Formats: sequence, structure tokens, C-alpha cells
Amino acid sequence: MSTLVKFKIDGVECMAETGTYIVEAARENGIYIPTLCNIRGVKPRGSCRICTVLVNGRPMTSCTTPITDGMEIENNIPEINDIRKAIVEVLFVEGNHFCPSCEKSGNCELQALGYRFKMMVPRFPYNFPVREIDASNPKIIKDHNRCILCKRCIRTIKTDEGKTVFAFKKRGLHLEINVDPEMGDKFTDDMAVNAAEICPVGAILLREKGYQIPIGKRKYDHVAIGSDVEKIKI
Amino acid sequence: MATSVQNIIEKYNKDKTRLMDILIDVQSERGYIPKATITQIANALDISHVDVEQTMSFYHFFSDKPTGKFAVYLNDSAVANMMGRQKVKETFENETGIKFGEVTPDGLIGLFDTACIGMNDQEPAALINGQVFTNLTPFRVKEIVRDIKAGRPLDDMFTAAYGDGENRNELIKSVVVNNIRKKGPILSEDYTPGIVIWKKLPQMSPEQVIEEIKKSNIRGRGGAGFPTGLKWEFCRKAKGEKKYIFCNADEGEPGTFKDRVILTERPKLLFEGMVIAGYAVGAQEGIVYVRHEYKYLQKYLENLLQGARDRNLLGKDIGGIKGFDFDIRIQFGAGAYVCGEESALIESAEGKRGEPRDRPPFPVEKGYLDMPTVVNNVETLCAAVKVLLNGGEWYRNFGTKDSTGTKLLSVSGDCKYPGVYEVEWGFTVNDILEMVGADEKQVQAVQVGGPSGSIISSAEFKRTVCFADLATGGSLIIIGQQRDILTDIVLNFTEFFIEESCGSCSTCRNITYLMKNKLEKILDARGVKKDIDDLVAWGKILKVSRCGLGQTAGNPILTSIKNFRHLYEEKIQKDKDFDSAFDMASAVKESCIAAGRIPTLN
Repeated sequence: MSTLVKFKIDGVECMAETGTYIVEAARENGIYIPTLCNIRGVKPRGSCRICTVLVNGRPMTSCTTPITDGMEIENNIPEINDIRKAIVEVLFVEGNHFCPSCEKSGNCELQALGYRFKMMVPRFPYNFPVREIDASNPKIIKDHNRCILCKRCIRTIKTDEGKTVFAFKKRGLHLEINVDPEMGDKFTDDMAVNAAEICPVGAILLREKGYQIPIGKRKYDHVAIGSDVEKIKI
Repeated sequence: MATSVQNIIEKYNKDKTRLMDILIDVQSERGYIPKATITQIANALDISHVDVEQTMSFYHFFSDKPTGKFAVYLNDSAVANMMGRQKVKETFENETGIKFGEVTPDGLIGLFDTACIGMNDQEPAALINGQVFTNLTPFRVKEIVRDIKAGRPLDDMFTAAYGDGENRNELIKSVVVNNIRKKGPILSEDYTPGIVIWKKLPQMSPEQVIEEIKKSNIRGRGGAGFPTGLKWEFCRKAKGEKKYIFCNADEGEPGTFKDRVILTERPKLLFEGMVIAGYAVGAQEGIVYVRHEYKYLQKYLENLLQGARDRNLLGKDIGGIKGFDFDIRIQFGAGAYVCGEESALIESAEGKRGEPRDRPPFPVEKGYLDMPTVVNNVETLCAAVKVLLNGGEWYRNFGTKDSTGTKLLSVSGDCKYPGVYEVEWGFTVNDILEMVGADEKQVQAVQVGGPSGSIISSAEFKRTVCFADLATGGSLIIIGQQRDILTDIVLNFTEFFIEESCGSCSTCRNITYLMKNKLEKILDARGVKKDIDDLVAWGKILKVSRCGLGQTAGNPILTSIKNFRHLYEEKIQKDKDFDSAFDMASAVKESCIAAGRIPTLN
């Protein structure tokens, strides 16, 4: 039995089933809220913060906050958009993102959001960290330069017995994704493909399989991220 | 060797939710946690290698490399530095021949920095293999290093008398002093342990207990100020097979040490408070999450818990109430400020990295092991005992209308009488300065509520300490005229937040260090007006972080710009609108040496 509730996003009356996360509820009403760490159908984590909206005046991540009756949500407002743009910028300066030479270019959600928010030059100075490329796994390459620590791989990729494959290591500025070294042959081809697909950036790449889709035919080459929700071309 | 680790794992029933305890035991026995042990633990608990590494690498006091037979952790927080840490540090380095972050080649001594260890009233202070050494001087450091080299056991190294009160207890034997300067209902000696459990609880229903707590208007003492009665009621009404009471004794906010004093002098009051909370919400188990820095109290506290079990103040049918079963265990942390955040604390107690959870759901609905959980501050639970003993009405006689009761203040810094003051809410900062023997003319600023609070100037000393005005978890650091606020305080606190961020949020992980770099640019006299404006603007981005740490990580910079803007303006270049702060000469220095060139830069 479904219970529909009414709520407003930027003054527009919307309806959705109670308990739906705001980001999904918005989507059902044709309103796009940008996300990076979120994956539809997987328990949300709210770590990139880009889907932040104001709920009754307070900042909340729309991927983790369920909709309730009468909620007033502010989404497409200058204050929030500037914070979102700042988050895209900060992720660019945090790592080493060289789009022209990246296998994921055109399929990359971070890059697509950079275009969507019309990022020209980040307001923050580049950090140019020294990071490693971990090619010890037989199936995938983990390029820490491009990792935005969204936790998507940690949350979705498990072994058949439900064991962890990816985990965090350290904390704060030193935080990184750790691939289980003991996995060995338990790391299947399917897991590798899923991991590469789930990664929003080019931090997890399949070994020996580069540039399968030519530039020009990639996801965001001609349409902006989020346009499928809004059903319009920007 | 392997058997010992196996014994530790067996001791915790191969329970992966007890991973923290396993790692703590291995670390304290070995001095580090080698890779082979990580694999051994992972196999025994049937989890992945990276799961163990994830928890282990998160906490400051776990190490994958040897930390020395004697691991010295010297507090590097602002007040330690104000009290002469630099000379103490240099002496440690000179006497051992190594730098901080290193271990002597013979593996005897390791030197490490550490965040505030809850001894701000007796700094400089250090932890050596978990034992606290306070009021350190270069002379004392020489003695300590000499004793270590001579092979004296740690317990024999104390040259001063043990501290006051229970610090002398056979199970503590520490030089820590309480510095209790003012007592109120919580610190009062007028308390008979178990009195509420025996005399009051049997005549009250859980609902009546909650009603009394609500009547008292008491709000959480950790800083956020959530009404305690309401929290208990939510948890009571939540559905769950089991329910838990957590006491948050993580006390990581630099400058706070009142929980240390309660844990030393009034632990029975705290335990009774947890039993009351357990009765009120219908919980079976209580967990005191104590910061690693207070591990020197472990034997003492565990002995008291056993004593309470023997006296039927814990265990089955407590206080003669049929079916009321409740027990308490102590969970130690391992060095992570963020674990003071209630959901991170729960994660940590489950054996995971201390990463705050998304809310909703709140712990009262889904907390420890996904069961309804109340997390209360040490002081809140203590106050609850007195509320039940004397009534909610009585409690409201203390403090102000909006902030009832008393508050334990941890006062440190440039004043005559640092220590713990139990005062009624409603004192002004000026009152407090007078109380602690600080000459108002000599005081430049007061840091209220620790780094996550605000730094205020004399213009605001007439403000009142209460939830409606200057809310605080209780830390007050007095900063004298001789201090350089931007370097000694603001930079130190900002570095603290960078070190302690869990790193999960893109904002907290990055914005804080970007702000620190900009502050350093200003301190290097390379700043321009836009840099100050940028700091204010960037600070706003932090407000969308998940937890209180991230949301307040910009406060040292933001509140000092607000209240001490002139200090920033004095340091910026007035004649420039832009300075990249890029130094070409130093940027090309290394490559010039390699290439054997002398660059022409102009």
C-alpha cells in the first residue's frame, strides 16, 4: 500500500511515496539533483555532499534524507548551486585529473558535473598530490590520482560470500581506497566490470581494455548530466 | 608468538564487533600490529584483510610499525605549547637522538605527537606506554629518558607524589591531580552510591523516571544540548529486541578534562546514572566509551564495576526489581576525536572506523548493532542521578530557565587556578575570569567550547554561558596578551581538525587544509584582502558536512576573523590586490641544482 505525500521543491508542488529519498522523489517529479556518491538502489552514504539541499532551511543531503509530508526543499538556488560547484572544484584540485588523457573522459560524472556547473578554473589552488597507481590486482588498475573517495566500490562490490573487496585506509587527507590483496582468484571478471562501471571517475579501470567506446559516442559527449531526468537538452 | 594473538582473539569470542578490543590488546602487548597479525585476525574473524586494515589505520594509537619499547606521546595542543612544550620536545629529541615520529635504532624509545590528552590543567603532559606524565620540564624529561635507558620500570619513574583523591588509588597510582576548584551537585561528596537504585527506582515506573528527567529540563552536556528526557522517551518508544545505553566519555575536545575528573572521583555516580537510563528506556546493556588517553583508569573502573555487580547494583534483578537486568562494559577508543560524535562512537564500538552515520535514522531508533540506543555525556548521566534523588523541580533551582542545572567547566590556559569548576549555568565570562584568577587586563581572548567553539575578545566577556547565548561543552581556554592568537591558537586548532577529520565528506577532508594553506599564506605576509574574504566564503562550504566536526572545522579561522579581524588585516599587503604566493626561486631550486644551472628569474 503506497502513501503519497506532497512536498515542494523550489516552490513547485510535487508528490512521491513517503519515505522515498529526496533525490529519487525529485527525479520522479522531473527535477534533477546532482549526485556523485549515490547509486540508485544501493543504501546511500552521503559522502560527496553535492546533493545537499535546504530542507526547511537546513542543509541536508538529498540522497540520505527521506521525504516527509509538507517538506519545503530548496534546490536550484544560488547559495546551493555555488556550494555544489565548489564541491566539484574541490574534487578536481584534491587529486590529479587530466581529462584529455583519461580513459573515462566523456563517461566521467565528475567531468560532466564540471560542465554542468560551468566550471572554468577552480577557485582553490591545485594540490598536485603524489599518488600511486596500484596495478597489483590481475583484473583492475586502481589509479589513486583520480579517486574521489565516493565509496561506491566499497559499498557495492562484494565477493560471493559477501566479503569486503574494497575498503578505506587511513583517514582525513590521507584517506585512500584499499583493494584487498588476499582476494586473488576470488576477484572475478564480473566484479572487475562492475567495479569499473560503478566508479564515477576513472579511478578503477579494466586491465588491457582501454578506449572500447570511441570519443564522441560516450555518455556525456552530447547531453548534459541530469538531462535524462529533466527530459530537456541543455 | 602467534598463540598470544590467538588468545586475544579467543578472549573476545572471535567477535568481529570487538575488533577494537582485539587491536588494542595486540598493540599494547606488541607495540605494533604487523601485517601477518592483521591477516591472522582477519582469518580468525572471517572478514577481509582490508576490513581489519580499515579499522586499524583509522586510529592514531594503532601502528603497523614498532613504536618503541617506550612509546612517548607528547601532547601538541595549543595549551601544551603555551605551557612550554617546545623546550620539552627539544629535550626529548636531544636526549634520545631522534626526532618526533621516529624510534631509536635500538627500538627502546619512540617519540610521537598527539592531540590533547585531557590534561590541559597540568601541561606539558605526555603518555608513556599509557601512563600519564604531567607538568613536564626539560629537567624532568632528562630524568625520564635516563631512567628508561637504565631499565627502570615505568611505575618506578614517578618522582613526585601521586595526585590527590583517587589518583592515589592502588589501581590508578598516577601523578594526575584533579584540580577540583568548585563543587556543585555532581562533584559533591554528599552521595551514597546506589541510593537511587535502592530507594527510588523500585517505586517508580520507567515512564515516571522519564517524566522526572523531563521536568528537570536537563539538556545534553556534550555541547549540542538535546533535551535528555526526550531522548530517553524516543528510545523507550522505539522498537528493538535489545536496547543500549552509551556513555560518551570520549572527551576529545582540546581543553576539556572534566570527564577525567568525574571518572576518577565520581564513577559510581556515572554508573548509577547509566542504570537509571537503562531502567527508563528498557535497556539491558550499557557501554562506557572511554578515550584511549584515559586507559590508565581501566583497572580501577573495571574493579568498581565488579564491586557493583557484587552489590546487586548491576546484574540481575537490580535493586530488587524483578526482571530488571543491566550490565555495563567499558569500551576504549584508540585515538580519534571524531568518535566523540555519537554515531561515530557507535561505529567505533562495533569495531569499525569511526565514521559518522547519516541521520536520520538517529541512534535512538537505530544505534549500536542497529538497536535503539541512547548516547549521553558523562555529566548528563551523573546529573540524572541527582535529579531522581531530589526531584526535577529541585534541579530547576540551578541555572537559568533555558539552561537548568550546573555545568562542569574545564578551565585552562593563562590563569592562576586552572581546573574543574562546577558552576550554575548563567555565569558571564567575566565572572569566570574572576573566579579562576585571571587578570582581565592580561586576557586577550577566551576560547569558549574548544576549537569547535569560538574565540572571543573582551568585548564579549559580558556574555553568558548558557545554551541561549554562549553554549559550551565546558572547555574554556584563557589566552593572555603575550600570545600570538593566529599562530599559537588558530593555526594549531586548524591543524587539529585536519588531523582528526575522518575524511568521508569531500568538504571536511579538503576545505580545512585549503583554509590552513591560506592562513599560512597570510602569516607569511603574502596575503591580500581577498584571502580574508575567501576564508569567510570557504568556511561556509564546510557547513554542509555530515557531522559536527566538519561543520565546525572552520570555526578557529571564522570566529577569529569575526572577533580579531585586525590581526589578519595587520598581516596582509595593502598595496596589492593579488599575490599568487608562488615562489619561483624555491620552485626551481631542486631542478637547478640537478641541472647545474643558475636561473635568471626576472
